[in-house]
Order: sequence, then structure tokens, then C-alpha cells
Amino acid sequence: MTGILQQLVLGILLGSLYGLAAAGLSLVFGVLKVLNVAHGELIMLGGYAAFWLVALVGLDPFVALLLIIPLAGLFGFLLYGGLFRFIVRHGEETRIKNSLLVGFGLALTLQALAVRLFTADERSITTSYRGRALLVGGVVLPLGRVLNLVVALVLITLLHLFLRKSRWGQAIRATSEDWEAASLLGIDVRRAYGLAFAIGTALAGAAGTLVSLGYSISPSIGLEWTLKALIVIVLAGLGSAFGTFVGGVVLGCAEAVSAIAFGGAYREVIGLLLFFCALVARPQGLFGRS
Amino acid sequence: MGSVSSGRRRVGTGRAAATSAALAILGLAPLLVTREDWLNLGVIFFLLVALAQSWNVMGGFAGQVNLGHAAFFGIGALVTRHLWTGGLAIPLAVAAGVVLATVAGLAVGMAAFRLRGAYFAIGTLALAEVLRIAIGNVLPQISTLPAAVIAAYRLSIRYYAAAGLAVATTLIVTALAASRLGLAMEAVREDETAAEAAGVGAFRVKLAAVAVSTSLAGLAGGVFAFYHISYYPQFVFSPAWTFDPVLITFIGGVGTIHGPVLGAALFVFLREYLALHWVDLHLLIFGVLFIAIVLLLPGGLVEAAARLRALGARRSRAVGPGPTGRAEPSQSSRWGESLRRRS
Repeated sequence: MTGILQQLVLGILLGSLYGLAAAGLSLVFGVLKVLNVAHGELIMLGGYAAFWLVALVGLDPFVALLLIIPLAGLFGFLLYGGLFRFIVRHGEETRIKNSLLVGFGLALTLQALAVRLFTADERSITTSYRGRALLVGGVVLPLGRVLNLVVALVLITLLHLFLRKSRWGQAIRATSEDWEAASLLGIDVRRAYGLAFAIGTALAGAAGTLVSLGYSISPSIGLEWTLKALIVIVLAGLGSAFGTFVGGVVLGCAEAVSAIAFGGAYREVIGLLLFFCALVARPQGLFGRS
Repeated sequence: MGSVSSGRRRVGTGRAAATSAALAILGLAPLLVTREDWLNLGVIFFLLVALAQSWNVMGGFAGQVNLGHAAFFGIGALVTRHLWTGGLAIPLAVAAGVVLATVAGLAVGMAAFRLRGAYFAIGTLALAEVLRIAIGNVLPQISTLPAAVIAAYRLSIRYYAAAGLAVATTLIVTALAASRLGLAMEAVREDETAAEAAGVGAFRVKLAAVAVSTSLAGLAGGVFAFYHISYYPQFVFSPAWTFDPVLITFIGGVGTIHGPVLGAALFVFLREYLALHWVDLHLLIFGVLFIAIVLLLPGGLVEAAARLRALGARRSRAVGPGPTGRAEPSQSSRWGESLRRRS
């Protein structure tokens, strides 16, 4: 019984990162209507940035996180200006198809670059508290992963507050509802796009930091994380930061349950099947809000 | 306008001569070349041509970006290998692989063609990943040919099998492109709703495209199973068997017949050349090239060549009488327009 509970708890802890990973992709998808399939590679780069800041500079990973979020945001801004700016000129269907292709090329490029720069080795951040764990009723809670969940929740709350309360957050939401109406109201749609993309990338950087802290990173993890984020978006719908977070936790739990039922080797399969079924059940696409 | 038609014919015969010369060189290679690594490179080139052509049927002509193509290559390889090592004659084993790949393709198509555009792409990617993981779990053992087969192994036979595969695939795609079905596919690609309104059954056309595409991918998988001595079953399902053909097709020219051949030649050449000097750099170059082509030159190398020819024709017309007329717009540029439309 505690074994099952243990699996579920670990599933929830991992699921919080799925939620954070998906929040960035969901924001970009919902606002720009582009599907950046290189989102997982952005997570991977964030993970490496954290790894090197910890290994070379000797920062605490959570201090490194404070640096990585603005750095990743800047990188996202450049990426928007250099690439995705050219895609959002098109109509909706073309936009999504083109973004898929460009994201695919970007993913390959970033992955090849990471192999070149960082080698294909698997790495993870080791801290003095990584090995520590809390014991609650026979269930082991690894301290690093619990901190991950807390940080993810804080970031999701900040995102929620930004989108609901701030002026720019409202501009971004208005743009995602209807960019033509938004631009008639005097909102600089291009700037809202750039900002949303930058925030999405910053969230990916943060997620990558937490992944390298609680789990491990290598240049090839991108595709897996992109798929996880897509699954969460399909499960949770668009438009709510907390909804996305809950979707991530649900996916983590579903994987844990399937690992208990069919063995750990099939834990990836359940999410992908859920994803395909959800897609076929809602063929009009993911823009429907739930 | 006799000069125009004779000029066209001259270009046509020139191209035919170049093609036959290239085929003759490639066909005689096993007799002239003794270096096995070159022949192996040839096999990989032919396999990639066939895979890119087969991907192009669905992705280029019918406009359905299938990111799960590796699954059908994998099914073809898996079934062929299993039956062949089980004692069945190789042609029958390959045929069985083709049939199963096609059946799987039709089944996936039935479900996934409800999805449009990018949703189709990520849906097929998810399914292929499911299959890859499942195969890795069910068949973790490496698949090696029996000792008797290895003892009788002749590379030149594999080389000709792969060459035949590439030529046959290219011919089938050429015939398809000229047929009514090929036109219907392009109509669906350009505007599915308008095609339906014009009396084209979009769903049936897409199913025909998926059947042709996946059967050819299964055939390529069968040849791979015949060629490769030892590999893990999961390897033939790896996403690289999807991604490489996608890169090759787009860089060569999506929706064209020459594109996959040109793209594959460049891909294999760059990969081998760069591998000598800088490991893994070819993917970096191809990734950047791919982005540039999607954004700037949606017709790939074929369109670039057509533009160069058009430029040359304009120059020669300025000099004096000669073959006039712009180069015919390639099919890829139409795909490109569909990408660029409403900008």
C-alpha cells in the first residue's frame, strides 16, 4: 500500500514539472497561435544553463534560477525577433503548420548544438541537500523534488497574477482572445506576441533548471518534454495557468498508475495514448477552451 | 513558336541523358568499386531516397505532414526480418512486411485523418513513439542474421536491391504525380474544403495517399531488414527514420520528384564529409538549412534551380533569339504559396 502511495507521490512531484513545462508552451500556443515544438529543447538549454552556473560559478541552484529566468526570457525575445516574428504574419492554419516545421528545425539545431557544446552525457545538479528526504507516514519525499514542486507552484501563481492583474498581462490575454480587436483597442499586438514568447521561454528555462535539479538532463531530452507539455495542454485546455498545472499533476499521476499496473517500462505510453485519443475526440483542435 | 518547343526538348533530352549517365554509374558501381564503405553509403543513399519519396507522397503531394513515418518503415523491417529468419523466402517476407505496413497505415489514417494540419503531425508523432517504446519493451534482444546467411552475405546484391527500391519508388511517385489521383491529392493539399466542393472525396484521397506512402515505407523497411546484419528492433522505429526524410524532402523540394533525390544526395554527402571532420555537425547545418528553406525558399533546391534557369533564360533572351519562356513553375512553389498565402 505504501508502495503505491509512494509511486503516486513521486508522480505528483514529477507532474508539477510537467505542469510548469506545459505552462510556457500553452501561453505561446494560446497567444501567438504557433506550436513551438522546440519547447523541450528550450527546457534542455535551461537545464544546462543551471548546470553550468552551479558547476562553474558555484551558485545555489535556486539562486541560479533567479538569473536563468531573465536570461531565458531574453533568449526567447531574440528567438521571437529572429524567427517566430516571420511566422505570425500568416493566417491561422498556415501559422501553425509553418511553426511546426520551423520548431522542428530549431529543435534539431539546438539539440545538435548541445551535443557539440556539452557532449551527449547525462548530467544533473548535485547539491548538499539532494540526498535528503522527508519521511511522512512511510512515504519518502525527496527534499529537492519537494522544493521543485513549491517553486513550480510559486511560478505558476506569479504567471496567473501577471496575466490577470497587470496591464501587459491583460494586453496579452486580449491578444489571445482576438488580436484584431486588441489592435483596434490600441494594443501593440507585436509587442504582446514578443512578451508572451519571452515569458514562455523564461518558464521553459525555469522548468529546465528544476529538471536538472530533481532529475537529469541530456541533449536528447527535448522531444520527450515537448510531448509531455503537449499532452498536458490537450488534457487541460488553454487559458488557465492553474488548469495547466493541475493537468501536469494529473499526467504525473496517470503515469504512476500505469507504472504500477503495467510496469515502469510503459509509463510513457499511457500519456501518449491519452493524448491521441483526446486529439481524435476533439479534431477541431486544441483552441477550444475548457 | 517552334524554337520554344525545340528548346524545351533540348533541355528534356539533356536531363534524360544526365539521368541515364548517373544511373549507369550507380548501376556499375559494385563492379568497379571495391571499397565496401562506398557501397554501404550507396545503400544508405538509396534507402533515404526511397523513404523521402514515400514521405513526400503524403507530406508533399497530399499535404499531410506525417511525423510518424518511422513506424511504417519499422513495421516493414520487423515483419520482413521475423519471417525471413523464420524460413520464408525473402521476396515473400518483404511482401508480407509491405502488406502489414499498409494495413497499419490505413488504420492510423482512419483515425488520424480527422485531424488537420499540425494536429495530424503531432498525433502521428505520438503514435509512432508509442510503437517505438512498446517494441523496445517487447523485443529488447538484438536481431542478428543467422550464421549461414552471414556466411553467404553479398553486399552487391543488397546494393542492387536498394538501388531497385529507389528507382521503383521514384517511378511510382512519378506515375502518381501525373495521374488523376495525384491531382486530387494536390487539390486536397491546397484547400480541402474547396476540393470537397469540386467533387474530390478528400478522405478517400488521403487514404489512398497514406496507402501508397506507407506501403513504400514498408518496402524500404523490408530492404533494410535484408541489408543490415545486426540491429536492435527498436532502432528501425527511431524518430530519425522520420526526421531525416522530412529534412531531405524539404531541402530538396517538397512536392517534387527530383527534390528527394537531390536532398538525399546532399544529405548523405554532407553527413559523411562532415563526419570525417566534425562529429554530428551535419545535423546542425541541416537544421539551420531547413529553417531557412521553410521561411525563405519553400520550394527547396528544385525551386532554386528553376529560378536560376529562369534567370539564365532571361539573360540569353536579352542577348539574342533563343529558347524563350520562363522555367515552368515547380509543384513545390505551389506548396510554398500555400504556406505563404494570406500573408
